[in-house]
Amino acid sequence: MPGPGGALDLRPGFGDPVADSQSVFRAVLAAMSEPGTVRTVAVEMDAPAPLHPATAAVCLALMDFETPVWLDAAACTGAVRTWLRFHCGCPLVADPAAARFAVAADPVTLPRLDCFSVGSEAYPDEGATLVLQVGSLDGGMPVTLSGPGIPGEHGFGPEDVTRDFWLQRRAFEDLFPQGLDLVFTSGVGLAALPRSTLGRW
Amino acid sequence: MTRVSTAARDGGYTFAYLDEQTKRMVRRAILKAVAIPGYQVPFASREMPLPFGWGTGGIQVTASIIGRDDTLKVIDQGADDTVNAVSIRAFFARTAGVPTTTRTQDATIIQTRHRIPETPLRAGQILVYQVPIPEPLRWLEPREAETRRMHALQEYGVMHVRLYEDIARYGHIATSYDYPVRVNGRYLMRPSPIPKFDNPKMDRSPALQLFGAGREKRIYAVPPHTGVRSLDFDDHPFEVQKWDQACALCGSTASFLDEIVTDNQGGRMFVCSDTDHCETRVRAGHVESAAGGRDPGGP
Repeated sequence: MPGPGGALDLRPGFGDPVADSQSVFRAVLAAMSEPGTVRTVAVEMDAPAPLHPATAAVCLALMDFETPVWLDAAACTGAVRTWLRFHCGCPLVADPAAARFAVAADPVTLPRLDCFSVGSEAYPDEGATLVLQVGSLDGGMPVTLSGPGIPGEHGFGPEDVTRDFWLQRRAFEDLFPQGLDLVFTSGVGLAALPRSTLGRW
Repeated sequence: MTRVSTAARDGGYTFAYLDEQTKRMVRRAILKAVAIPGYQVPFASREMPLPFGWGTGGIQVTASIIGRDDTLKVIDQGADDTVNAVSIRAFFARTAGVPTTTRTQDATIIQTRHRIPETPLRAGQILVYQVPIPEPLRWLEPREAETRRMHALQEYGVMHVRLYEDIARYGHIATSYDYPVRVNGRYLMRPSPIPKFDNPKMDRSPALQLFGAGREKRIYAVPPHTGVRSLDFDDHPFEVQKWDQACALCGSTASFLDEIVTDNQGGRMFVCSDTDHCETRVRAGHVESAAGGRDPGGP
């Protein structure tokens, strides 16, 4: 997409790709290991609008030609598409069922969760990872989490996540080990909800 | 005295040896493994500069998670100074330039072959296991398609039959290492050939546990604070090994002991398998005679 002066509007990727990918991955790993806890992405990011630094960093750290990516309408801007294609080389798909990663910049308008792939009984790891960019990682509907990675219970309530979303996700708990893994991002913060986590309210 | 040693990185290698696309692929597999505790995620295992069977799965996991801020410890059967541990530690000191240590509490990543350290692990540490055969049902059912289906249907009765055959033949469960466990009440998992003495340490550990099998191309995980239950029967509950002896060096009565033959006359001594644990105790003043009496100082 042409930017000012007719040049391609292409935001830069990681300043130090090796160290930055590793540090962002470890933040996601820590978040996935301890569901609902907030981690910080400690890398410099000049992300294409409307992606927040944490959202963009997760994309750069995990996506490549092996991972078809689905973008919601808000994230599907020319700048984001150009940036993902250039830095990650990932295929962008229109069908959410074909995606290994989904990026939603406006989770309120997310399609129903059963649009996404939950993997198969024999290969549940083929279930998609959803990166949901929210206004804030707290201040939303409070949900009590329990399960692997959580000693006892943990409170979690990201903004922009509807009650209907939580109801759908709760129905998905019965599908385990099939399911969807969620990464919530906001600003430079992120938190994760693997499929093994139970959410109650 | 600091026990952490640092080395300069060899700039001829990419950081931690693996290329970035390989690391991303391994990282995605690790995240799915954490999300589905105990499930074996297939991954595109690479050729490493040492043979399969020497910890290539663990090395690929470590290479994909390690960063400049990490401190690495590597153990082989509990010891920091045996050949597999020394060469893997040297590999990462050279290719990643990270500090290495022998002290369990100073390490952020501990790669292990067949032991869990005696020092309790803490939150934030990652234990990376080297796994030879990841599939717990493999010696009972050779077909991968069939074991996948058995995992999908939680059809694990055959493993209970195997343990029962032990009881029928020997009067007790004779499996002493690689003892099968259920993770979070769902997947049957092989804990790698750790002694069953270490199985209770996996249960609700505050550390993250990652398992890498290079030849078999599988990664699996136990997240922190996750239930890990060793299989047993109501009338034959799970038990760990016990010794009549104490460690001949530090007098510990609570650690896993190795039997060392000392001469041709059948002389032998029992010493801690975990060298860091033993050295720490000796330095703290726990001393024991070779007679193998018990140290009144306790564990």
